[in-house]
Amino acid sequence: MTVNAEATQNAPVLRLQDIRKSFGGIVAIENFSLEVYPGEIVALVGDNGAGKSTLIKIISGVHPPTSGTMTIEGETVTMSNATMARAHGIEVVYQDLALADQQSVYMNMFLGREPTNRFGLLDRRRMIDETDKLVKELDVRIPSAHATIRDLSGGQRQGVAIARATHWASKLILLDEPTAALGVAETAKVEEIVQSLKSRNIGVLIISHSLDQVFKLSDRICVLRRGKQIGVRETAKTDKNEIIAMITGLQHS
Amino acid sequence: MPSANTAASGRPNGFANRINLQQYVVYFGFLAIFLFFAIVLKDSGFLTVRNLSNIVLQTAPATIMAIGLVFVMSAGEIDLSIGSTVAVSALAAAVTMNDYGLVAGVLAGLGAGLLVGLLNGALVAYVKLPSFLVTLATLGLFAGVSRSMTDLRSIPVTNGTFTGFFGSGAFLGIPSLIWWTAIAVAVGHLIYRETRFGAHVLAVGDNSRAAGVSGISVPRIRLTVLMISGGLAGLAGLLYAGRLQAAKYTLGETDLMTVIAAVIVGGTLLNGGKGSIIGALVGSLMMGMLNNGLILMGLSVSDQMIVRGLIILAAVAVSLREKSR
Repeated sequence: MTVNAEATQNAPVLRLQDIRKSFGGIVAIENFSLEVYPGEIVALVGDNGAGKSTLIKIISGVHPPTSGTMTIEGETVTMSNATMARAHGIEVVYQDLALADQQSVYMNMFLGREPTNRFGLLDRRRMIDETDKLVKELDVRIPSAHATIRDLSGGQRQGVAIARATHWASKLILLDEPTAALGVAETAKVEEIVQSLKSRNIGVLIISHSLDQVFKLSDRICVLRRGKQIGVRETAKTDKNEIIAMITGLQHS
Repeated sequence: MPSANTAASGRPNGFANRINLQQYVVYFGFLAIFLFFAIVLKDSGFLTVRNLSNIVLQTAPATIMAIGLVFVMSAGEIDLSIGSTVAVSALAAAVTMNDYGLVAGVLAGLGAGLLVGLLNGALVAYVKLPSFLVTLATLGLFAGVSRSMTDLRSIPVTNGTFTGFFGSGAFLGIPSLIWWTAIAVAVGHLIYRETRFGAHVLAVGDNSRAAGVSGISVPRIRLTVLMISGGLAGLAGLLYAGRLQAAKYTLGETDLMTVIAAVIVGGTLLNGGKGSIIGALVGSLMMGMLNNGLILMGLSVSDQMIVRGLIILAAVAVSLREKSR
Protein backbone atom coordinates (compact mmCIF):
# COMPACT_ATOMS: atom_id res chain seq x y z
CA MET A 1 0.00 0.00 0.00
CA THR A 2 1.26 3.40 -0.95
CA VAL A 3 -1.02 5.58 1.15
CA ASN A 4 0.32 7.85 3.85
CA ALA A 5 -0.37 7.41 7.52
CA GLU A 6 -3.16 9.96 7.67
CA ALA A 7 -4.97 8.38 4.77
CA THR A 8 -4.67 4.95 6.37
CA GLN A 9 -6.38 6.30 9.44
CA ASN A 10 -9.37 7.35 7.41
CA ALA A 11 -9.28 4.73 4.70
CA PRO A 12 -11.94 2.04 4.90
CA VAL A 13 -10.73 -1.47 5.72
CA LEU A 14 -13.30 -2.79 3.29
CA ARG A 15 -14.79 -1.11 0.26
CA LEU A 16 -17.36 -2.80 -1.93
CA GLN A 17 -18.21 -1.09 -5.21
CA ASP A 18 -21.08 -2.02 -7.51
CA ILE A 19 -21.09 -5.61 -6.35
CA ARG A 20 -23.36 -7.83 -8.37
CA LYS A 21 -23.90 -11.52 -7.91
CA SER A 22 -26.10 -13.76 -9.97
CA PHE A 23 -26.65 -17.49 -9.74
CA GLY A 24 -27.60 -18.62 -13.23
CA GLY A 25 -30.28 -16.18 -14.27
CA ILE A 26 -31.21 -15.16 -10.75
CA VAL A 27 -29.76 -11.93 -9.44
CA ALA A 28 -29.00 -12.29 -5.75
CA ILE A 29 -27.21 -8.99 -5.19
CA GLU A 30 -27.00 -5.91 -7.40
CA ASN A 31 -25.49 -2.44 -7.20
CA PHE A 32 -24.17 -2.97 -3.74
CA SER A 33 -21.62 -0.51 -2.42
CA LEU A 34 -20.45 -0.22 1.15
CA GLU A 35 -17.47 0.91 3.14
CA VAL A 36 -16.44 -0.30 6.56
CA TYR A 37 -13.89 1.75 8.50
CA PRO A 38 -11.50 0.50 11.18
CA GLY A 39 -13.08 0.52 14.63
CA GLU A 40 -16.53 0.79 13.11
CA ILE A 41 -19.49 -1.56 13.52
CA VAL A 42 -21.79 -1.68 10.51
CA ALA A 43 -25.04 -3.60 10.75
CA LEU A 44 -26.52 -5.34 7.76
CA VAL A 45 -30.27 -5.70 8.03
CA GLY A 46 -33.00 -6.97 5.78
CA ASP A 47 -35.78 -9.50 5.65
CA ASN A 48 -35.22 -13.20 5.07
CA GLY A 49 -33.93 -13.75 1.57
CA ALA A 50 -32.80 -10.13 1.18
CA GLY A 51 -29.28 -11.30 0.32
CA LYS A 52 -27.45 -10.77 3.62
CA SER A 53 -25.95 -14.24 3.70
CA THR A 54 -24.94 -14.03 0.05
CA LEU A 55 -23.15 -10.80 0.82
CA ILE A 56 -21.30 -12.40 3.74
CA LYS A 57 -20.28 -15.22 1.44
CA ILE A 58 -18.99 -12.77 -1.15
CA ILE A 59 -16.91 -10.90 1.41
CA SER A 60 -15.58 -14.11 2.98
CA GLY A 61 -14.49 -15.44 -0.40
CA VAL A 62 -16.95 -18.34 -0.58
CA HIS A 63 -18.83 -16.93 -3.60
CA PRO A 64 -16.78 -14.55 -5.75
CA PRO A 65 -18.95 -11.67 -7.06
CA THR A 66 -20.11 -11.77 -10.68
CA SER A 67 -18.97 -8.18 -11.10
CA GLY A 68 -17.86 -5.22 -9.03
CA THR A 69 -14.73 -4.57 -7.05
CA MET A 70 -13.73 -5.30 -3.51
CA THR A 71 -10.83 -3.47 -1.92
CA ILE A 72 -9.18 -4.15 1.41
CA GLU A 73 -7.26 -1.18 2.77
CA GLY A 74 -7.12 0.32 -0.69
CA GLU A 75 -5.89 -2.86 -2.34
CA THR A 76 -8.18 -4.47 -4.87
CA VAL A 77 -8.58 -8.15 -4.12
CA THR A 78 -10.11 -11.12 -5.84
CA MET A 79 -10.84 -14.10 -3.68
CA SER A 80 -12.03 -17.51 -4.67
CA ASN A 81 -12.13 -19.26 -1.32
CA ALA A 82 -12.30 -18.68 2.42
CA THR A 83 -8.59 -19.33 2.87
CA MET A 84 -7.79 -16.33 0.68
CA ALA A 85 -10.15 -14.13 2.70
CA ARG A 86 -8.41 -15.20 5.87
CA ALA A 87 -5.04 -14.37 4.33
CA HIS A 88 -6.40 -10.85 3.79
CA GLY A 89 -7.26 -10.53 7.47
CA ILE A 90 -10.99 -11.24 7.17
CA GLU A 91 -12.57 -13.63 9.68
CA VAL A 92 -16.13 -14.90 9.81
CA VAL A 93 -18.09 -15.98 12.86
CA TYR A 94 -20.57 -18.34 11.27
CA GLN A 95 -24.06 -18.82 12.56
CA ASP A 96 -23.22 -22.43 13.49
CA LEU A 97 -19.92 -21.14 14.96
CA ALA A 98 -17.79 -23.76 13.14
CA LEU A 99 -16.38 -25.14 16.39
CA ALA A 100 -15.20 -28.71 16.87
CA ASP A 101 -17.28 -29.69 19.90
CA GLN A 102 -15.11 -32.41 21.32
CA GLN A 103 -11.86 -30.50 21.12
CA SER A 104 -10.52 -28.05 23.67
CA VAL A 105 -11.00 -24.30 23.51
CA TYR A 106 -7.36 -23.75 22.61
CA MET A 107 -7.40 -26.31 19.78
CA ASN A 108 -10.46 -24.55 18.37
CA MET A 109 -8.77 -21.16 18.63
CA PHE A 110 -6.03 -22.50 16.37
CA LEU A 111 -8.12 -24.88 14.26
CA GLY A 112 -6.32 -25.39 10.95
CA ARG A 113 -3.58 -22.95 11.99
CA GLU A 114 -1.87 -24.80 14.82
CA PRO A 115 1.63 -23.55 15.63
CA THR A 116 4.41 -26.12 15.84
CA ASN A 117 7.74 -26.12 17.63
CA ARG A 118 11.11 -26.80 16.03
CA PHE A 119 10.48 -30.56 16.10
CA GLY A 120 7.32 -30.10 14.03
CA LEU A 121 5.12 -31.01 16.99
CA LEU A 122 2.13 -29.03 18.24
CA ASP A 123 3.14 -26.09 20.37
CA ARG A 124 0.43 -26.52 23.02
CA ARG A 125 2.10 -24.16 25.48
CA ARG A 126 1.86 -21.30 23.02
CA MET A 127 -1.73 -22.11 22.03
CA ILE A 128 -2.82 -22.25 25.68
CA ASP A 129 -0.99 -19.04 26.62
CA GLU A 130 -2.39 -17.06 23.71
CA THR A 131 -5.87 -18.42 24.33
CA ASP A 132 -5.73 -17.51 28.02
CA LYS A 133 -4.53 -14.03 27.18
CA LEU A 134 -7.21 -13.31 24.61
CA VAL A 135 -10.03 -14.87 26.60
CA LYS A 136 -9.06 -12.63 29.51
CA GLU A 137 -8.83 -9.51 27.32
CA LEU A 138 -12.25 -10.09 25.80
CA ASP A 139 -13.66 -11.23 29.13
CA VAL A 140 -15.06 -14.46 27.71
CA ARG A 141 -15.78 -16.38 30.88
CA ILE A 142 -14.78 -19.98 30.30
CA PRO A 143 -13.45 -22.44 32.90
CA SER A 144 -10.08 -22.76 31.16
CA ALA A 145 -8.39 -22.98 27.79
CA HIS A 146 -8.47 -26.76 28.28
CA ALA A 147 -12.26 -26.90 28.56
CA THR A 148 -14.04 -28.94 25.92
CA ILE A 149 -16.41 -26.92 23.72
CA ARG A 150 -19.39 -29.18 24.36
CA ASP A 151 -19.10 -28.49 28.10
CA LEU A 152 -19.60 -24.76 27.48
CA SER A 153 -22.84 -22.78 27.36
CA GLY A 154 -24.13 -21.21 24.16
CA GLY A 155 -22.83 -17.81 25.18
CA GLN A 156 -19.41 -19.18 26.03
CA ARG A 157 -19.21 -20.93 22.66
CA GLN A 158 -20.15 -17.74 20.88
CA GLY A 159 -17.47 -16.00 22.94
CA VAL A 160 -14.88 -18.55 21.86
CA ALA A 161 -15.89 -18.18 18.20
CA ILE A 162 -15.61 -14.40 18.41
CA ALA A 163 -12.31 -14.65 20.29
CA ARG A 164 -10.97 -16.89 17.53
CA ALA A 165 -12.03 -14.43 14.86
CA THR A 166 -10.51 -11.59 16.85
CA HIS A 167 -7.24 -13.44 17.22
CA TRP A 168 -6.83 -13.90 13.49
CA ALA A 169 -8.62 -10.92 11.96
CA SER A 170 -6.35 -7.99 11.23
CA LYS A 171 -8.92 -6.06 9.17
CA LEU A 172 -12.49 -7.22 9.38
CA ILE A 173 -14.79 -9.55 11.31
CA LEU A 174 -18.11 -10.70 9.87
CA LEU A 175 -20.67 -11.75 12.48
CA ASP A 176 -23.64 -13.74 11.23
CA GLU A 177 -26.51 -13.57 13.75
CA PRO A 178 -24.19 -13.83 16.76
CA THR A 179 -26.95 -13.91 19.38
CA ALA A 180 -29.77 -15.70 17.55
CA ALA A 181 -29.55 -18.76 19.80
CA LEU A 182 -28.78 -17.06 23.10
CA GLY A 183 -30.70 -16.09 26.20
CA VAL A 184 -30.97 -12.55 27.56
CA ALA A 185 -27.94 -12.53 29.84
CA GLU A 186 -25.76 -14.30 27.31
CA THR A 187 -26.84 -11.91 24.57
CA ALA A 188 -25.81 -8.97 26.74
CA LYS A 189 -22.42 -10.58 27.35
CA VAL A 190 -21.81 -11.23 23.65
CA GLU A 191 -22.90 -7.68 22.78
CA GLU A 192 -20.35 -6.43 25.28
CA ILE A 193 -17.66 -8.49 23.58
CA VAL A 194 -18.65 -7.20 20.14
CA GLN A 195 -18.61 -3.64 21.48
CA SER A 196 -15.09 -4.16 22.80
CA LEU A 197 -13.85 -5.06 19.30
CA LYS A 198 -14.08 -1.37 18.34
CA SER A 199 -11.05 -0.58 20.44
CA ARG A 200 -9.02 -3.07 18.41
CA ASN A 201 -9.34 -0.95 15.31
CA ILE A 202 -10.85 -3.65 13.16
CA GLY A 203 -14.00 -3.25 11.15
CA VAL A 204 -17.05 -5.28 12.15
CA LEU A 205 -19.93 -6.17 9.86
CA ILE A 206 -22.80 -7.70 11.78
CA ILE A 207 -25.97 -9.36 10.54
CA SER A 208 -28.78 -9.24 13.04
CA HIS A 209 -32.53 -9.61 13.08
CA SER A 210 -32.84 -7.71 16.32
CA LEU A 211 -33.22 -4.01 15.69
CA ASP A 212 -32.68 -3.33 19.40
CA GLN A 213 -29.31 -4.95 19.06
CA VAL A 214 -28.53 -3.14 15.82
CA PHE A 215 -29.28 0.23 17.43
CA LYS A 216 -27.30 -0.67 20.53
CA LEU A 217 -24.16 -1.83 18.72
CA SER A 218 -23.81 -0.27 15.31
CA ASP A 219 -22.40 2.99 14.02
CA ARG A 220 -24.14 2.69 10.68
CA ILE A 221 -26.94 0.53 9.32
CA CYS A 222 -27.11 -0.81 5.79
CA VAL A 223 -30.50 -2.02 4.59
CA LEU A 224 -31.00 -4.69 1.95
CA ARG A 225 -34.24 -5.65 0.27
CA ARG A 226 -34.52 -8.34 -2.40
CA GLY A 227 -30.85 -8.09 -3.26
CA LYS A 228 -30.91 -4.33 -3.62
CA GLN A 229 -29.24 -1.87 -1.35
CA ILE A 230 -31.97 0.43 -0.05
CA GLY A 231 -29.71 2.76 1.85
CA VAL A 232 -27.14 3.33 4.56
CA ARG A 233 -27.96 5.42 7.63
CA GLU A 234 -25.89 6.64 10.54
CA THR A 235 -27.39 4.92 13.56
CA ALA A 236 -27.43 8.12 15.59
CA LYS A 237 -29.38 9.96 12.91
CA THR A 238 -32.15 7.46 12.24
CA ASP A 239 -34.78 5.58 14.15
CA LYS A 240 -36.43 2.17 14.10
CA ASN A 241 -39.42 3.37 12.11
CA GLU A 242 -37.27 4.56 9.27
CA ILE A 243 -35.24 1.34 9.22
CA ILE A 244 -38.37 -0.83 9.35
CA ALA A 245 -39.85 1.15 6.48
CA MET A 246 -36.67 0.61 4.51
CA ILE A 247 -36.63 -3.12 5.26
CA THR A 248 -40.27 -3.71 4.36
CA GLY A 249 -40.72 -1.05 1.68
CA LEU A 250 -43.86 0.11 3.44
CA GLN A 251 -44.33 3.54 4.98
CA HIS A 252 -45.15 3.52 8.67
CA SER A 253 -46.90 6.44 10.22
CA MET B 1 -16.51 -51.58 33.76
CA PRO B 2 -19.43 -51.56 36.22
CA SER B 3 -17.35 -49.64 38.75
CA ALA B 4 -16.68 -46.84 36.29
CA ASN B 5 -20.34 -46.62 35.34
CA THR B 6 -21.63 -46.17 38.85
CA ALA B 7 -18.96 -43.61 39.59
CA ALA B 8 -20.17 -41.51 36.68
CA SER B 9 -23.90 -41.77 37.31
CA GLY B 10 -23.32 -40.82 40.93
CA ARG B 11 -21.94 -37.45 39.92
CA PRO B 12 -22.93 -36.83 36.30
CA ASN B 13 -21.72 -33.24 36.35
CA GLY B 14 -18.33 -33.92 37.88
CA PHE B 15 -15.85 -32.40 35.50
CA ALA B 16 -13.19 -35.07 35.97
CA ASN B 17 -15.70 -37.90 35.57
CA ARG B 18 -17.15 -36.38 32.50
CA ILE B 19 -13.98 -36.08 30.50
CA ASN B 20 -12.33 -39.24 31.70
CA LEU B 21 -14.97 -41.92 32.06
CA GLN B 22 -14.72 -43.29 28.58
CA GLN B 23 -10.97 -43.00 28.48
CA TYR B 24 -10.55 -45.01 31.65
CA VAL B 25 -13.17 -47.68 31.04
CA VAL B 26 -10.62 -49.75 29.19
CA TYR B 27 -8.15 -49.73 32.08
CA PHE B 28 -10.78 -50.77 34.59
CA GLY B 29 -12.02 -53.43 32.17
CA PHE B 30 -8.51 -54.69 31.57
CA LEU B 31 -7.82 -54.90 35.28
CA ALA B 32 -11.16 -56.56 36.06
CA ILE B 33 -10.75 -59.22 33.39
CA PHE B 34 -7.15 -59.79 34.39
CA LEU B 35 -8.07 -60.29 38.05
CA PHE B 36 -11.02 -62.51 37.12
CA PHE B 37 -8.87 -64.86 35.06
CA ALA B 38 -6.00 -64.71 37.54
CA ILE B 39 -8.32 -66.04 40.24
CA VAL B 40 -10.49 -68.42 38.20
CA LEU B 41 -7.62 -69.82 36.14
CA LYS B 42 -4.85 -69.82 38.67
CA ASP B 43 -4.32 -73.55 38.25
CA SER B 44 -4.63 -73.50 34.46
CA GLY B 45 -1.43 -71.57 33.75
CA PHE B 46 -2.98 -68.19 32.94
CA LEU B 47 -0.56 -66.28 35.14
CA THR B 48 2.63 -67.83 33.75
CA VAL B 49 5.12 -65.53 32.03
CA ARG B 50 4.94 -67.75 29.01
CA ASN B 51 1.17 -67.43 28.70
CA LEU B 52 1.12 -63.69 29.32
CA SER B 53 3.86 -63.01 26.78
CA ASN B 54 2.01 -65.25 24.35
CA ILE B 55 -1.01 -62.98 24.69
CA VAL B 56 1.09 -59.96 23.74
CA LEU B 57 2.66 -61.80 20.77
CA GLN B 58 -0.67 -63.02 19.48
CA THR B 59 -2.30 -59.63 19.67
CA ALA B 60 0.50 -57.83 17.80
CA PRO B 61 -1.21 -57.84 14.37
CA ALA B 62 -4.57 -56.81 15.86
CA THR B 63 -2.95 -54.01 17.85
CA ILE B 64 -1.29 -52.68 14.72
CA MET B 65 -4.56 -52.80 12.77
CA ALA B 66 -6.25 -51.09 15.71
CA ILE B 67 -3.83 -48.15 15.48
CA GLY B 68 -4.86 -47.59 11.88
CA LEU B 69 -8.51 -47.84 12.80
CA VAL B 70 -8.12 -45.22 15.54
CA PHE B 71 -7.04 -42.74 12.86
CA VAL B 72 -9.90 -43.77 10.55
CA MET B 73 -12.59 -43.67 13.22
CA SER B 74 -11.29 -40.42 14.69
CA ALA B 75 -11.81 -38.87 11.26
CA GLY B 76 -15.40 -40.10 11.35
CA GLU B 77 -14.87 -42.94 8.87
CA ILE B 78 -14.66 -46.72 9.17
CA ASP B 79 -12.47 -49.34 7.52
CA LEU B 80 -14.14 -52.76 7.33
CA SER B 81 -11.64 -54.03 4.75
CA ILE B 82 -8.67 -54.45 7.10
CA GLY B 83 -9.17 -58.22 7.43
CA SER B 84 -8.94 -58.97 3.75
CA THR B 85 -6.19 -56.37 3.36
CA VAL B 86 -4.14 -58.45 5.80
CA ALA B 87 -4.64 -61.58 3.68
CA VAL B 88 -3.87 -59.87 0.37
CA SER B 89 -0.75 -58.25 1.82
CA ALA B 90 0.54 -61.45 3.39
CA LEU B 91 -0.02 -63.39 0.17
CA ALA B 92 1.53 -60.66 -1.97
CA ALA B 93 4.57 -60.64 0.32
CA ALA B 94 4.89 -64.44 0.34
CA VAL B 95 4.51 -64.91 -3.41
CA THR B 96 6.86 -62.04 -4.25
CA MET B 97 9.44 -63.07 -1.69
CA ASN B 98 9.66 -66.62 -2.97
CA ASP B 99 10.46 -65.29 -6.47
CA TYR B 100 12.27 -61.99 -5.92
CA GLY B 101 13.66 -62.08 -2.40
CA LEU B 102 13.19 -60.46 0.96
CA VAL B 103 13.11 -56.75 0.16
CA ALA B 104 10.74 -57.14 -2.79
CA GLY B 105 8.47 -59.29 -0.64
CA VAL B 106 8.28 -56.76 2.18
CA LEU B 107 7.65 -53.92 -0.27
CA ALA B 108 4.95 -55.95 -2.04
CA GLY B 109 3.22 -56.68 1.27
CA LEU B 110 3.23 -53.09 2.47
CA GLY B 111 2.48 -51.81 -1.03
CA ALA B 112 -0.57 -54.04 -1.35
CA GLY B 113 -1.92 -52.65 1.93
CA LEU B 114 -1.27 -49.06 0.87
CA LEU B 115 -2.94 -49.67 -2.49
CA VAL B 116 -6.08 -51.01 -0.84
CA GLY B 117 -6.01 -47.94 1.41
CA LEU B 118 -5.53 -45.68 -1.61
CA LEU B 119 -8.51 -47.26 -3.36
CA ASN B 120 -10.71 -46.96 -0.26
CA GLY B 121 -9.49 -43.45 0.42
CA ALA B 122 -9.93 -42.15 -3.11
CA LEU B 123 -13.49 -43.47 -3.28
CA VAL B 124 -14.37 -41.96 0.10
CA ALA B 125 -12.52 -38.64 -0.23
CA TYR B 126 -13.01 -37.76 -3.87
CA VAL B 127 -15.97 -39.80 -5.14
CA LYS B 128 -17.61 -39.00 -1.78
CA LEU B 129 -19.00 -42.46 -1.13
CA PRO B 130 -19.62 -43.47 2.49
CA SER B 131 -16.64 -45.35 3.90
CA PHE B 132 -18.94 -47.96 5.42
CA LEU B 133 -20.13 -49.04 1.97
CA VAL B 134 -16.80 -48.61 0.20
CA THR B 135 -14.86 -50.72 2.69
CA LEU B 136 -17.65 -53.27 2.94
CA ALA B 137 -17.31 -53.71 -0.81
CA THR B 138 -13.52 -53.87 -0.77
CA LEU B 139 -13.70 -56.31 2.15
CA GLY B 140 -15.55 -58.70 -0.15
CA LEU B 141 -13.51 -57.77 -3.19
CA PHE B 142 -10.12 -58.50 -1.61
CA ALA B 143 -11.37 -61.57 0.22
CA GLY B 144 -12.10 -62.87 -3.29
CA VAL B 145 -8.77 -61.66 -4.66
CA SER B 146 -6.83 -63.40 -1.87
CA ARG B 147 -8.69 -66.64 -2.58
CA SER B 148 -8.16 -66.57 -6.32
CA MET B 149 -4.52 -65.44 -6.04
CA THR B 150 -3.41 -68.82 -4.75
CA ASP B 151 -6.36 -71.14 -5.39
CA LEU B 152 -6.99 -71.32 -1.64
CA ARG B 153 -3.51 -72.76 -1.09
CA SER B 154 -1.20 -71.79 1.74
CA ILE B 155 2.07 -70.22 0.59
CA PRO B 156 5.08 -71.14 2.75
CA VAL B 157 7.43 -68.37 3.81
CA THR B 158 10.87 -69.86 4.18
CA ASN B 159 13.10 -66.80 4.26
CA GLY B 160 14.70 -67.03 7.73
CA THR B 161 15.59 -63.35 7.86
CA PHE B 162 11.96 -62.46 7.20
CA THR B 163 10.46 -64.83 9.75
CA GLY B 164 12.98 -63.63 12.30
CA PHE B 165 12.42 -59.97 11.64
CA PHE B 166 8.62 -60.10 11.42
CA GLY B 167 7.89 -63.23 13.45
CA SER B 168 9.75 -65.46 15.81
CA GLY B 169 12.99 -63.49 16.18
CA ALA B 170 14.16 -61.30 19.02
CA PHE B 171 16.31 -58.23 19.45
CA LEU B 172 18.04 -57.42 22.76
CA GLY B 173 16.16 -60.34 24.24
CA ILE B 174 12.76 -58.87 23.33
CA PRO B 175 10.65 -60.69 20.71
CA SER B 176 10.38 -58.83 17.42
CA LEU B 177 6.57 -58.80 17.53
CA ILE B 178 6.78 -56.80 20.75
CA TRP B 179 9.20 -54.40 19.10
CA TRP B 180 6.81 -53.89 16.22
CA THR B 181 3.90 -53.30 18.57
CA ALA B 182 5.89 -50.85 20.69
CA ILE B 183 7.20 -48.91 17.71
CA ALA B 184 3.80 -48.73 16.02
CA VAL B 185 2.11 -47.60 19.24
CA ALA B 186 4.80 -45.00 20.01
CA VAL B 187 4.90 -43.53 16.50
CA GLY B 188 1.12 -43.71 16.15
CA HIS B 189 0.58 -41.99 19.49
CA LEU B 190 3.06 -39.24 18.65
CA ILE B 191 1.46 -38.52 15.27
CA TYR B 192 -2.05 -38.75 16.69
CA ARG B 193 -1.51 -36.54 19.71
CA GLU B 194 1.32 -34.21 18.89
CA THR B 195 1.18 -33.28 15.21
CA ARG B 196 -0.98 -30.94 13.18
CA PHE B 197 -2.06 -33.92 11.11
CA GLY B 198 -3.41 -35.66 14.21
CA ALA B 199 -5.26 -32.51 15.25
CA HIS B 200 -6.74 -32.19 11.77
CA VAL B 201 -7.91 -35.81 11.80
CA LEU B 202 -9.82 -35.12 15.02
CA ALA B 203 -11.21 -31.85 13.67
CA VAL B 204 -12.51 -33.54 10.51
CA GLY B 205 -14.16 -36.30 12.54
CA ASP B 206 -15.60 -33.82 14.99
CA ASN B 207 -17.01 -31.24 12.57
CA SER B 208 -15.95 -31.59 8.96
CA ARG B 209 -17.62 -28.33 7.96
CA ALA B 210 -15.74 -26.40 10.63
CA ALA B 211 -12.53 -28.13 9.58
CA GLY B 212 -13.18 -27.20 5.97
CA VAL B 213 -13.85 -23.51 6.60
CA SER B 214 -10.76 -23.46 8.81
CA GLY B 215 -8.61 -24.31 5.83
CA ILE B 216 -8.13 -28.03 6.54
CA SER B 217 -8.32 -30.16 3.40
CA VAL B 218 -11.02 -32.61 4.45
CA PRO B 219 -10.61 -34.97 1.44
CA ARG B 220 -6.86 -35.17 1.96
CA ILE B 221 -7.36 -36.16 5.62
CA ARG B 222 -9.93 -38.82 4.65
CA LEU B 223 -7.61 -40.26 2.01
CA THR B 224 -4.64 -40.26 4.37
CA VAL B 225 -6.35 -42.02 7.29
CA LEU B 226 -7.57 -44.81 5.03
CA MET B 227 -4.08 -45.20 3.59
CA ILE B 228 -2.62 -45.37 7.10
CA SER B 229 -5.14 -48.08 7.91
CA GLY B 230 -4.33 -50.00 4.72
CA GLY B 231 -0.58 -49.66 5.28
CA LEU B 232 -0.81 -50.88 8.87
CA ALA B 233 -3.04 -53.79 7.81
CA GLY B 234 -0.26 -54.59 5.33
CA LEU B 235 2.27 -54.57 8.16
CA ALA B 236 -0.06 -56.81 10.19
CA GLY B 237 -0.10 -59.19 7.21
CA LEU B 238 3.70 -59.33 7.26
CA LEU B 239 3.64 -60.09 10.99
CA TYR B 240 1.17 -62.93 10.47
CA ALA B 241 3.26 -64.35 7.63
CA GLY B 242 6.40 -64.02 9.74
CA ARG B 243 4.94 -65.69 12.81
CA LEU B 244 3.13 -68.52 10.99
CA GLN B 245 5.86 -68.88 8.33
CA ALA B 246 3.11 -69.06 5.76
CA ALA B 247 0.47 -66.90 4.13
CA LYS B 248 -3.11 -67.96 3.53
CA TYR B 249 -6.35 -66.33 2.51
CA THR B 250 -7.79 -66.94 5.97
CA LEU B 251 -5.32 -64.60 7.68
CA GLY B 252 -7.05 -61.68 9.34
CA GLU B 253 -10.46 -63.03 8.41
CA THR B 254 -11.82 -62.96 11.94
CA ASP B 255 -9.89 -59.94 13.19
CA LEU B 256 -12.32 -57.20 12.23
CA MET B 257 -14.65 -57.65 15.16
CA THR B 258 -11.76 -57.93 17.64
CA VAL B 259 -10.06 -54.82 16.26
CA ILE B 260 -13.21 -52.69 16.23
CA ALA B 261 -13.96 -53.84 19.79
CA ALA B 262 -10.42 -52.98 20.90
CA VAL B 263 -10.64 -49.51 19.40
CA ILE B 264 -14.06 -48.68 20.83
CA VAL B 265 -13.32 -50.13 24.26
CA GLY B 266 -10.11 -48.11 24.11
CA GLY B 267 -12.02 -44.84 24.10
CA THR B 268 -12.29 -43.97 20.42
CA LEU B 269 -15.72 -42.65 19.51
CA LEU B 270 -17.57 -44.36 16.68
CA ASN B 271 -18.54 -41.03 15.16
CA GLY B 272 -15.12 -39.48 15.31
CA GLY B 273 -13.54 -36.51 17.01
CA LYS B 274 -12.02 -38.35 19.91
CA GLY B 275 -9.83 -41.37 20.41
CA SER B 276 -6.74 -42.91 21.94
CA ILE B 277 -3.90 -45.00 20.56
CA ILE B 278 -2.81 -46.15 24.02
CA GLY B 279 -6.41 -47.03 24.77
CA ALA B 280 -6.55 -49.12 21.59
CA LEU B 281 -3.38 -50.96 22.67
CA VAL B 282 -4.88 -51.77 26.07
CA GLY B 283 -8.18 -52.65 24.39
CA SER B 284 -6.40 -55.01 22.04
CA LEU B 285 -4.48 -56.65 24.89
CA MET B 286 -7.76 -56.97 26.76
CA MET B 287 -9.41 -58.71 23.81
CA GLY B 288 -6.37 -61.01 23.52
CA MET B 289 -6.47 -61.78 27.21
CA LEU B 290 -10.19 -62.48 26.94
CA ASN B 291 -9.62 -64.92 24.08
CA ASN B 292 -6.81 -66.61 25.91
CA GLY B 293 -8.72 -66.89 29.17
CA LEU B 294 -11.87 -68.19 27.52
CA ILE B 295 -9.85 -70.87 25.75
CA LEU B 296 -8.18 -71.87 29.02
CA MET B 297 -11.62 -72.00 30.62
CA GLY B 298 -12.54 -74.53 27.96
CA LEU B 299 -15.10 -72.43 26.09
CA SER B 300 -15.80 -73.43 22.51
CA VAL B 301 -15.03 -71.14 19.58
CA SER B 302 -18.71 -70.31 19.25
CA ASP B 303 -18.99 -69.41 22.93
CA GLN B 304 -15.95 -67.17 22.59
CA MET B 305 -17.59 -65.38 19.69
CA ILE B 306 -20.72 -64.83 21.74
CA VAL B 307 -18.76 -63.36 24.66
CA ARG B 308 -16.77 -61.12 22.30
CA GLY B 309 -19.98 -59.90 20.71
CA LEU B 310 -21.45 -59.07 24.09
CA ILE B 311 -18.31 -57.13 25.05
CA ILE B 312 -18.62 -55.07 21.87
CA LEU B 313 -22.26 -54.33 22.64
CA ALA B 314 -21.33 -53.15 26.11
CA ALA B 315 -18.54 -51.00 24.70
CA VAL B 316 -20.77 -49.40 22.10
CA ALA B 317 -23.39 -48.71 24.75
CA VAL B 318 -20.88 -46.90 26.94
CA SER B 319 -19.50 -45.03 23.93
CA LEU B 320 -22.88 -43.73 22.80
CA ARG B 321 -23.99 -42.93 26.32
CA GLU B 322 -20.92 -40.79 26.70
CA LYS B 323 -21.49 -39.00 23.41
CA SER B 324 -25.11 -38.11 24.12
CA ARG B 325 -24.33 -36.34 27.38
